[in-house]
Amino acid sequence: MINLRDKGAEVWENQGRAGRVAIAVGGIAIAASLPFMGGTILNTPIADYESVLVYPIAMFVLMAIGLNIVIGKSGLLDLGYVAFFAIGAYTMGLLGTKTGLNTWEILPIGIAMAMFSGIILGVPALKLRGDYLAIVTLGFGEIVRIVALNLGALGRSEGIQGIPTPPGIFGIEYAFDSHRIYYWTLLILILFAIWMVRRLSVRRAGRAWESIRQDEDAAELLGVPTFKYKVWAFVLGASVGGAAGVIYASKTLFIAPDNFTLQISILILACVVFGGMGNIWGVILGAVILGYLPDRIRFLSEARLLVFGLVLVIMMNLRPDGLLPRKKREKALIKKGSS
Amino acid sequence: MRLLPELGLVCLESIHMSEHNLLSIKSLSVSFGGLKALTNVDLDLNQNEVVGLIGPNGAGKTTFFNALSGLVDVSSGTLEINGKSHKWPKPYELIDLGIARTLQGVGLFPELTVLENVMIGANKTAKSGLIASALGLSGSDELRLKQRSMIALERVYTASLADEKAGSLPYPVTKRIAIARALVSEPRILLLDEPAGGLGAQDIEWMNSLIQNLASQCSVILVEHHMDVVMSVCDRLYVLNFGEVIASGDVESVRRDPAVVEAYLGVSH
Ligand SMILES: Nc1ncnc2c1ncn2[C@@H]1O[C@H](COP(=O)(O)OP(=O)(O)OP(=O)(O)O)[C@@H](O)[C@H]1O
Ligand SMILES: [Mg+2]
Repeated sequence: MINLRDKGAEVWENQGRAGRVAIAVGGIAIAASLPFMGGTILNTPIADYESVLVYPIAMFVLMAIGLNIVIGKSGLLDLGYVAFFAIGAYTMGLLGTKTGLNTWEILPIGIAMAMFSGIILGVPALKLRGDYLAIVTLGFGEIVRIVALNLGALGRSEGIQGIPTPPGIFGIEYAFDSHRIYYWTLLILILFAIWMVRRLSVRRAGRAWESIRQDEDAAELLGVPTFKYKVWAFVLGASVGGAAGVIYASKTLFIAPDNFTLQISILILACVVFGGMGNIWGVILGAVILGYLPDRIRFLSEARLLVFGLVLVIMMNLRPDGLLPRKKREKALIKKGSS
Repeated sequence: MRLLPELGLVCLESIHMSEHNLLSIKSLSVSFGGLKALTNVDLDLNQNEVVGLIGPNGAGKTTFFNALSGLVDVSSGTLEINGKSHKWPKPYELIDLGIARTLQGVGLFPELTVLENVMIGANKTAKSGLIASALGLSGSDELRLKQRSMIALERVYTASLADEKAGSLPYPVTKRIAIARALVSEPRILLLDEPAGGLGAQDIEWMNSLIQNLASQCSVILVEHHMDVVMSVCDRLYVLNFGEVIASGDVESVRRDPAVVEAYLGVSH
């Protein structure tokens, strides 16, 4: 099977500055024009196409980029990523209904809350490795949901209603049904997240995460403060999830614990693995497909989940490293001992 | 391949006995469940000295390094560096103590480039924090790390491979890069775990001269099965067998020690 990732990287690396700008601008233009493609083959029968673009697609993409920092970059299996999404959403819900603050003012607060909870969870949990970490994070995701379910201030199972939409900005108005405006807002957040991740990947933090993922003991022996970097990856991932949560709450106007189940964590994880853990373009592609597919085949009604599962199983067998895997893995060297 | 010109000159002359040993380990014991991997091991290392730690497979050599670098728990024993007593370090504290080690086998990060591998070893010399690095403000730091790393790579004649993926390189080259990665932090003490292991004759010879040459800038504890390397580069030897030091001293006397001959030299080489 051809290696799309290497092909893509080759095209990119062979471009001059102008070529790269052209590719980037072209890519952004295509992404930005998606809301106008409703009349084409892309249309989703039954579900509203433009709203599908916002949720799940764009929202999944944003969250998958965030989760990829945790899983793909530094190799930490986080099964409770939905917690950060929920914390962002509830911050928006609570502050949006109880205070005069608007979405843009709450966005940094929601991000900060998510990051803070990332530290609270990360500091004890990241002392663990592998399966143990996965179990603790899974528990954390459930705890956040159950707290929301039981805390009067958070509306229990009723959730929070009447969350305000964002105020207009630069003359653009956010009506709750102007999906494309939300979509473009998310697109900007996504672009910012991509920029941040790419920036980090080529520098010290990126190298440190990579070394931790490949061989944590060796990294530590070389003086990499592995614990600090793991918490940092966790917190950065959380910040992206929190941002997604704030926009989500401000779009749906109503949130309840049911929106933040384990299923979301698993789905986002599936996007990352399906697309190609560690490679941001793969992860984005994975999230687009897994967000889009269930709604595209909604006419199959109940059978669609079966088809969805089948597609996943078949693809993961054909391409176990995902659609666009991270840099091609070289054949492992035979570790020669001696004596 | 250019051979190092200074070969062999620096080795013995530059040992000057200071008041304290650079490194002094007393009655180190490590056990894994019921298995006593190390029992009351004493070891001293002086400035600019190359000390060999030898013994048959499973004798506890790697475990000794692991204990000293915090990868396994020490049951008992004391550690002094420059005459000052220290707690047994955690792995990430090792570099700050001026100790660097290579791992048995290769131990490079296969999916990073050669340069990136070495830059990770140079990490502690970076000044800017994580946030600055995230925002891309750490350009000058990045440049300094890069320069230092290139110098370390030149030291082992692999600078031309800087941009290659470490996992794609032949085994002997990766062994050299692993040493560059350890050297880039400018350690006072270098722990080498079988640097010549799995190498062919020519590469062994090269490694041999590199290690001799290293003694001018730091002290080395060398774990190695190739006796010709051990005999030619080491100032003193410790022989481990079943976790115990069965002999120690200068190369000649150890070589003639009957217990050693029986346990090790006579059997496998
Ligand atoms: N983490 C561990 N847990 C349990 N047993 C261990 C562990 N590490 C080493 N051992 C055991 O301790 C003993 C010493 O092993 P060690 O790796 O130190 O030997 P070595 O001298 O380095 O041998 P080689 O020359 O083969 O590398 C062996 O019996 C080994 O099986
Ligand atoms: Mg060993």
